[in-house]
Amino acid sequence: MFAPLAVLNEWSDGINYLFAFVIGIGFGAALETAGFGNSKKLAWQFYFRDLTVFKVMFTAIITAMTGMIFFDAFGWIDMSNVSINPTYLWPGIAGGLIMGVGFVIGGYCPGTSFAGLATLKIDALFYIIGALLGMFIFGEVAPLIEPFYSGRYSGYMGNITIYKFFGISAGVIGFFVMLVALVGFYGAEWAEKKTGNNIIN
Amino acid sequence: MTKKNYTSPYLAGVVLGLVLLASYVIAGRGLGASGAMMKAVVVVEKAVSQEHVDSNSYLAQYGGGDTNPLNDWLVFEILGVVAGAVISGLIGGRMKKETNRGPRITDRQRWIFAVIGGALFGFGARLARGCTSGVALSGGATLALGSWVTMIAIFAGAYGLAYFTRKLWI
Repeated sequence: MFAPLAVLNEWSDGINYLFAFVIGIGFGAALETAGFGNSKKLAWQFYFRDLTVFKVMFTAIITAMTGMIFFDAFGWIDMSNVSINPTYLWPGIAGGLIMGVGFVIGGYCPGTSFAGLATLKIDALFYIIGALLGMFIFGEVAPLIEPFYSGRYSGYMGNITIYKFFGISAGVIGFFVMLVALVGFYGAEWAEKKTGNNIIN
Repeated sequence: MTKKNYTSPYLAGVVLGLVLLASYVIAGRGLGASGAMMKAVVVVEKAVSQEHVDSNSYLAQYGGGDTNPLNDWLVFEILGVVAGAVISGLIGGRMKKETNRGPRITDRQRWIFAVIGGALFGFGARLARGCTSGVALSGGATLALGSWVTMIAIFAGAYGLAYFTRKLWI
């Protein structure tokens, strides 16, 4: 077992942050080269004209998920030291819906807006200003909505995964996710043709 | 420099997936974006009033007392994101000052909607404890239950409203 490297080897913040920067370079380059610096390309997914976002995102999820399932199976990675997002059901659903509304109005999500800013997209700059404003507002009202955010109305379920929830192995769920993605890719290609091959190059 | 086409979505997806996998293998955590932005917000609030940050339990976890909000993995990661996008943009000849929008609105209208949409997304991202990067992509790859629920909610919200915002984009 050698991973996560930073945790098992108790790396200092300095080394950790250096690798954070390098990982970020890979992340930013992947987003930009996929076309995610362009808000129109992102927004056109919602009109079934350019489904690049779906294809990239699900290819990435499958790649990383499969890697982790195998690393875990080989005993290479200590999954108890890998952060699993906690589930707070209701704020997760409400926040997701609000993000979706913001996505189709604003044309970016936070990560892609940095790819846009880096390639001089002016609308990305305005989006980032808006996002900072929205986060500022959330920070101010967070104590008021604490019961919904993390208290008794939050639907807190701990750091639970889909496979633990259903009581089956990660591999089975992983295989199912792959099947859904493959059907989705086929559907995405079909939809793009149907709407007139308007993919933004 | 002439503009090169974007990379095939499946190839870009594999690269993005390998970067995400590397993040988990190296750091034990996934990628993120909105978290770093929240830290920037708290830095400003701290500069204005430390007392205000200390009295708000949510803000205090980021910048209470002597805590420096910028002393954080995500902050360095997002600096890398900008650097990586600049490199990719330069290679692809895509460094172009422009505003992307549909043909039926003006640049100025696009900017106003970018601020509104950004504000909504920013608020929602904090409520859901992460955005498309930290929750949908990273949480999706670890098969976290809540992350998949939030991912579905994001797409439901966007596709649900898309008809009414079509003038912005098509």
